[in-house]
Amino acid sequence: MGRGGLYSLVAGFAFFGAFPFYWMIIATFKRDHDLFQPQNNPFMFNEPPTLDHLRLLLFDTHYLQYLWNTFCVGSAVVLITLLAAVPAAYSLARWAKGWGETMGIGIFLTYLVPPTILFIPLSRFAAALGLQESLWSLILIYPTFTIPFCTWLLMGFFKTIPKDIEEQAMIDGLSRLGAMVKVILPLGISGILTVVVFAFTLSMHEFIYALTFISVSVKKTVSIGVPTELVRGDVFQWGPLMAGALLASIPVAVIYTFFLDRFISGFTMGAVK
Amino acid sequence: MQHMKQGGIRDQAGLLAKVMIAPAILYVVAMIGVPFFLALMYSLSDATTGDPNFRFVGLRNFGAALADPVFRLSMKNTFIFALVSQFLVILLSRLLATALMKEFRGKWLARFLIMLPWTAPIALGTIGWLWMLDSIFSPIDWVLRKVGLLGTMKALFGPMQNLYWLGQPFLAMASVIMVHVWRLLPLATVIQLAGLSSIPKDLLEAAEVDGASPLRRTFSITIPLTLPIISIAFLFGLVFTFTDVTVVYVLTRGGPVHMTQVLSTWTFFKGIEGGDLAQGAAISLFLFPVLAGVASLMLRMARKSEVV
Repeated sequence: MGRGGLYSLVAGFAFFGAFPFYWMIIATFKRDHDLFQPQNNPFMFNEPPTLDHLRLLLFDTHYLQYLWNTFCVGSAVVLITLLAAVPAAYSLARWAKGWGETMGIGIFLTYLVPPTILFIPLSRFAAALGLQESLWSLILIYPTFTIPFCTWLLMGFFKTIPKDIEEQAMIDGLSRLGAMVKVILPLGISGILTVVVFAFTLSMHEFIYALTFISVSVKKTVSIGVPTELVRGDVFQWGPLMAGALLASIPVAVIYTFFLDRFISGFTMGAVK
Repeated sequence: MQHMKQGGIRDQAGLLAKVMIAPAILYVVAMIGVPFFLALMYSLSDATTGDPNFRFVGLRNFGAALADPVFRLSMKNTFIFALVSQFLVILLSRLLATALMKEFRGKWLARFLIMLPWTAPIALGTIGWLWMLDSIFSPIDWVLRKVGLLGTMKALFGPMQNLYWLGQPFLAMASVIMVHVWRLLPLATVIQLAGLSSIPKDLLEAAEVDGASPLRRTFSITIPLTLPIISIAFLFGLVFTFTDVTVVYVLTRGGPVHMTQVLSTWTFFKGIEGGDLAQGAAISLFLFPVLAGVASLMLRMARKSEVV
């Protein structure tokens, strides 16, 4: 494959990946008159761009509320995930011998009981606990997919920290728990940061649980608020709709990209030596 | 003394290990294990949202599901969407990963753009597609009209002004598959990249020195060595597409007339919107044997190639 071939191949794939987002940018700033004219070139502005759609989205819809709800749920899920996954991962990485491997695979296999099977019984859980239409239902349920994944990811990070370091700390008078908290956690900070980012973005991406548990507009997260609320009757408000999708997508995509390599190393652990 | 102290620490470590792992396990068992068991129970009952009390009705729900033509169509679609999209994803991701192994200018930007479908929330990305596949304003239709493939009497795609992507059964199915491919290609590509970069360079060079053709090197070295990781990519992709609700829900809601309905959306429409918990649970459980089978197959493959 020559240089030209390489560039056109990569450019083709980049176009395929990014075009829907380009399409969102155009619709966000395009006047309705221009947008709904089938003869106009859809790829560019035939009339001067406008901020009307953004204004409508930010001030006349619950969009900012969706972002805030998403942020609250994401933060709480991150906290729960860290509290459960950090100790579990450390324990698996350090002390687990035979059963650790099994446990790792067990965690991995939880992916095979997908939300599709769980959302019906969990909707009854939420009803029994009085958590219908409450963000707490999401906060309680999202750790079911963040904890297994983040434990698996962190286990890999902790395994790379040499055992000598905490043995030395223990000789210096720290207890085992003290060595973990004061010595290993600071060393594993990059792994922990990765987990923070992933627990947050995974909660932001989640769709079906939010769709099942939340139907009151002001309680929605951005993933379900944008597709279900920015429609008047049967008519999609394309401008604000695209603006809403774009504004929430780009920041999270940027942050996610920074951490992608670490995420993949966690994903493929075990398959590549 | 010395001996006892060491024993104490070892005991403590054993206890700590259990205490530290307990919250994670309890959480997962309580929130995955218990609901899974409940789903099994519901599927054997006649519970609805109006009357969630449990009454045992045997396998009636499974029988009713199997007798329902919409269910059979959903089952078929679930397999078609998952298998076709994963076939395309594995093929395209290998091509793309091979290209991304090379160094070139602007690679970080290309990577960012290529990753966008995976890094941005899927519900929002699919909304972008919904507007791209609009029945009147689709830019694809616009381009086809401009190049004369659509909208005139002699045009290849007919005299209509639009193709109605989400309104025609075949095109709607193709659209769902396209969005699945779009969404999962980035993930498969990075996984394949990890696999390709794990192949020792000298192995390929040695083969080249010995006169093996590029094709031969691909089939004798690259593919066998990256098979476990391809199977990981395939497993994840299959599970994602097999169980996904978002793409179909946002794009077509299963339409036109159930032509793109899949098991997961049908579960939602029956079990939550229709309020028939028992039927919904039964429908969703049809996913489980397939998922379990695929998983055990993949784990076995991954383990076998590690031994070699």
